[in-house]
Amino acid sequence: MSTSDVVITETRTMPYGFTCGVVAAAGAFFGLFVGTAQGSGLAGIVVGAALCAGLAFLAMAVAGVAHERTFKWGVLALFAVAGFWIGALPGLVVGTLFGWFIGWFIYWVGRCRYRSKLPPYLTSGQVLWHYSFRVICGAIFVFLITPILVVMPLSFNAQNFFTFTPEMLAFDPAGYSLKHYRDFFNSADWQQALRNSLLIAPVATLLSVGFGTLAAIGLSQPHVPFRRAIMAILISPMIVPLIISAAGMYFFYSRIGLQGTYLGVVLAHAALGIPFVIITVTATLVGFDRSLTRAAANMGADPVTTFFRVQMPLILPGVISGGLFAFITSFDEVVVVLFVGSANQQTLPWQMFTGLREQISPTILAVATMLVAISICLLTTLEVLRRRAEKLRGLSPG
Amino acid sequence: MNISKTLLATTVLTVAGGGVAAQDMADSMTLVSWGGAYQNSQVKAYVEPYLEANSDVSVTWDESSPEAVAKLRAMAEANNITWDLVDVTAADAMRLCDEGLAMEVDHDDILAAAPDGTEASDDFGDMIVSDCFIPQIAYSITNAYRTDVEEWNGATPTDICALFDTETFPGQRTLERRPINNMEWALMCDGVPFEEIYEVLETEEGQDRALAKLDTIKDQTIWWSSAAESIQTLADGEAVIGSSYNGRFFSAIAEQDQPLAMLWDAQVYDIDGWVIPAGLPDDRLNRVLDFLYFATDTQRLADQAKYISYGPARQSSAPLVSTHAELGIEMAPHMPTNPENSQNSFVQNYEWWADYRDDIDAKFQSWLAQ
Repeated sequence: MSTSDVVITETRTMPYGFTCGVVAAAGAFFGLFVGTAQGSGLAGIVVGAALCAGLAFLAMAVAGVAHERTFKWGVLALFAVAGFWIGALPGLVVGTLFGWFIGWFIYWVGRCRYRSKLPPYLTSGQVLWHYSFRVICGAIFVFLITPILVVMPLSFNAQNFFTFTPEMLAFDPAGYSLKHYRDFFNSADWQQALRNSLLIAPVATLLSVGFGTLAAIGLSQPHVPFRRAIMAILISPMIVPLIISAAGMYFFYSRIGLQGTYLGVVLAHAALGIPFVIITVTATLVGFDRSLTRAAANMGADPVTTFFRVQMPLILPGVISGGLFAFITSFDEVVVVLFVGSANQQTLPWQMFTGLREQISPTILAVATMLVAISICLLTTLEVLRRRAEKLRGLSPG
Repeated sequence: MNISKTLLATTVLTVAGGGVAAQDMADSMTLVSWGGAYQNSQVKAYVEPYLEANSDVSVTWDESSPEAVAKLRAMAEANNITWDLVDVTAADAMRLCDEGLAMEVDHDDILAAAPDGTEASDDFGDMIVSDCFIPQIAYSITNAYRTDVEEWNGATPTDICALFDTETFPGQRTLERRPINNMEWALMCDGVPFEEIYEVLETEEGQDRALAKLDTIKDQTIWWSSAAESIQTLADGEAVIGSSYNGRFFSAIAEQDQPLAMLWDAQVYDIDGWVIPAGLPDDRLNRVLDFLYFATDTQRLADQAKYISYGPARQSSAPLVSTHAELGIEMAPHMPTNPENSQNSFVQNYEWWADYRDDIDAKFQSWLAQ
């Protein structure tokens, strides 16, 4: 028996008034949205509340646990048909989902199933907080993730605007197309921007990781003079407003002939990435046992060998995560590149920035969707690798 | 001493030689424009043909025209001009010229004459609003409305005051986040005769009067700062009526089949054209001049009108304007200068706005923030 099936607290039928009230509140909440879409929010609330209260009463008084399955299918069918009647295919989907939810919800509330996984001694207030906390967390998650999710269907828009067309909402295939993805792969501008990004970000990352790691190791030696001041200067690009660094770099790089060159952009991005590497590597160095380097020296290893064979493997997680941050900084950066770069060094963010301002085209959304997909793949890979490494080292049980 | 003298002499000789031969041309150009349908028309009408004829040249586009003035200032200050040719509005060209950031040119000297021999300066006529400015197209800032608004009960806007008539035409508006044009439209609809508008606007009370009129629709207005935003809000149905550039509207209506219709009443003409940044090295300047001579001739400017509904700046180009390159529709009815569209129209008052822009801008922005 897996843990999720364990019933800690016995279930029982709740008073009908309580069940109907709670379910009616849920019905009113959803009714508000349907009602507003149909023209009258108030009517939606009233109809939703009355309908759901009635269903809850039916379920508890007539159907009971014996006919739970039949009742749930009935509710699902009812809302599916109602949804289809109001809003065609999208309505059908929403209605089905809601019918499934309300059927489950009625029994969950009415049979006191919400207590089954919780210890019996909890007060009502504690139970309420237990679920409110989860709802709040869910709401925050939705708030964070929705803007990203909205972008994805829009990138398959058959039109050249950021608009959910009626065809799209009706799931009509004619409303969808891959033309913005084709645009991206066929447009010389976007391809050039992609090439620039892929050229600049890795080189900047390499520089950041190299210099940042060395700086962190050097600054962690207790005998280095002024190390706090040096650390503060090295970390300053992270603290100084980007626009100020960018303007400063523009004038400085112009004087020395680096403005508008690849090298200039790479150096600027490396400077922005170094603080991330320093911070993550310094953090891992805290747990590094210095006697290991002394032991290595004792065995006859020179400092370089010691660094690569002893120190580096131990601080590698810090170096890698610092490098990841540095890469993302460079890959996402738009302010500095607008100043330090010229039109020849347009990166993806630059292209997206001007594209958003001058021609709001869903090609930007197609690019964004691809970038999100790539980020998810990258992060998943890293996480899988990390877990595997932990398992190999026996740090994690499962 | 000797060495520096020799160097100096060589430099003088090289410069003189370059001036005489004018053969020394850079093989790349950075052109600055506005992106979107407009930049596309430039690419199709004269940049691609120019590159075909000069296969050794490469062109880089920088879509930075909205901040051209600021960027050119920074470039001049850093003594590092990376742009070769910049597309700006007439007002920006005047500012750049005044500040010495754009190069003054002799239009007859560097531009082609019309096919019938008319000098360039006569062919462009009044469009040459500044010595640095090489006009390309005349466009207008005008309005359009959605044709599928149920709440309007079949009423269609016929004049500019529909913007302020929230009873007949309820719904969100979208207007540009700056006082130019909005102030004029507000006063026109507040009963000020057109001839007196700028007189009224010169006074504090007049400015307050215009803002008070705009106040009546302020809470129903989405302010845009790039033309693409206004088209997006209209296409999305977020706004039902609003202003943008007529070429953007044309592209949304004719090319993208959006349910929009033009409201030409009280459209405001403006001119767009090239300026050459001051202080270009000789080889780059020669390339730019070679390109400009080609790109602003009578046929090329007429060709541009095949891709976007902006009127060519040369008088000699007008008869050559024909049909849309891809859709095959007649372009003339979509031009802002078409007699039917231009019954009530005016040209942006550059000189007046040059004097009052800073004050009214500040006032407008603080009104917006209220």
